Amino acid sequence: MSAGAKVDAVVMGGSAGGLEAVATLLQALPEPFVPAVLVVLHIPAERPSLLAELFAQRCRLPVREALDKEHLEGGTVYVAPADYHLLVEDRHTLALSREAPVLFSRPSIDVLFESAAEAFGDCLTAIVVSGANEDGARGLAAVREAGGRAWVQSPSEAYAAAMPAAAIERAGADLVAPIRDIAERLMHLRTGRVVAI
Amino acid sequence: MRDAGEPPVDPKGGAAFDLELRLLLEAVYVRYQHDFRHYAKASLRRRVRQAMVRFDCPTVSRLQERVLHDPDAFAAMLQYFTVQVSEMFRDPAYFSAIREKVVPVLATYPFVKIWVAGCSYGEEALSFAIVLHEEGLLERTLIYATDINPEALRVAQAGVYALDRIAGFSTAYLAAGGKSSLADYYSAAYGNAVFDRRLRAQVAYSDHSLATDNVFSEVELVSCRNVLIYFDRDLQSRAIGLFHDALPQRGFLGIGSKESLRFSAHGEAFEEFARAERIYRKR
Repeated sequence: MSAGAKVDAVVMGGSAGGLEAVATLLQALPEPFVPAVLVVLHIPAERPSLLAELFAQRCRLPVREALDKEHLEGGTVYVAPADYHLLVEDRHTLALSREAPVLFSRPSIDVLFESAAEAFGDCLTAIVVSGANEDGARGLAAVREAGGRAWVQSPSEAYAAAMPAAAIERAGADLVAPIRDIAERLMHLRTGRVVAI
Repeated sequence: MRDAGEPPVDPKGGAAFDLELRLLLEAVYVRYQHDFRHYAKASLRRRVRQAMVRFDCPTVSRLQERVLHDPDAFAAMLQYFTVQVSEMFRDPAYFSAIREKVVPVLATYPFVKIWVAGCSYGEEALSFAIVLHEEGLLERTLIYATDINPEALRVAQAGVYALDRIAGFSTAYLAAGGKSSLADYYSAAYGNAVFDRRLRAQVAYSDHSLATDNVFSEVELVSCRNVLIYFDRDLQSRAIGLFHDALPQRGFLGIGSKESLRFSAHGEAFEEFARAERIYRKR
């Protein structure tokens, strides 16, 4: 993988122990940062999510809870709301859905990753962090299949190893590393083009 | 482990898949006059992939052949084209705002008409009926509950829901400011809750498509929640245009908590009424 690979979106997903890992990654993002960043964390369905507010305090970039059919902007972090799947509709548009949970999860990491893989192809980096089920593994495989990059938190470091381990097992990875190394790599991520011509 | 079987996404085959999907939607429109051509693509792709597994079709073209030649297969396919998820008193804050802020305005009218657009299995229309009953308004209200899915309308009309869903409904009912107990409105039988027919007597269930049909009546309130998320921006604009035409000046529109009028051509035609609850008023 070359350091200058073009990236238009970064997607990340986690579950148990994922909150702290994702917060660490978001904290590392420099301003300006060209790609759009999309986040799915498994959170309880019954109450509104406070993740966007929480992350906003630790991130230089604007952090928003995703709205349906919102225009996707680079340098902005979008967090999936509680009890909705977050999808990438096309390279410029987000979408939400209340389809059935996948692997008991809504939002689902697989749903985000698969739709992002279709929309962004090789202009995508996907990151799987700590979590206790297998969500994300299948999505990560789709990302790699489409030419995107797959980075996974070291299972040995993760609070819950099952999710990163399942991702590596199913999809393989371009990078398996402690979260601080992934954060470092993320800081230097450059984008090629924003719109394919 | 997986809730619904799907073949894996094949991003490299994406162009061919999308072409076949377009052809399927055209074919369905011409053959059955159901228009899914402006449904949001990302989630539609998922559901069509699930249907390919269910119908054992390796390609979308094979699925198209099946659906075109077998009306029963199309009826079953409708369950994949549409997403039928609904609950009673979903987002209790929405129903609290309806009760506390909207109903007092509606109460000043001699007769009230409400349109629950995309009513699915009818839980939301029933929730409205309960709120209006408790506020003494139900007898002079007519609720139109519309959907494109005949199976969903059939369930809605029957007003029967599995008893194991009722605990969740009751919690939401109370959180939404319910004035008695949800148990006052249904009787339990054979694992089901059968809702009082007096509630449903004020509800007119009918087939209506936001994609192809027009306005059928003037209404004072439209509630259309978590339906627009399955539409692309063009179809969202069409639907919101219909709501605009159906409402009088100062009429109310409620949408889903993560939906927005901002991305529609008609966004400017409405003003915020209850911001957090996504209730708007026609200017």
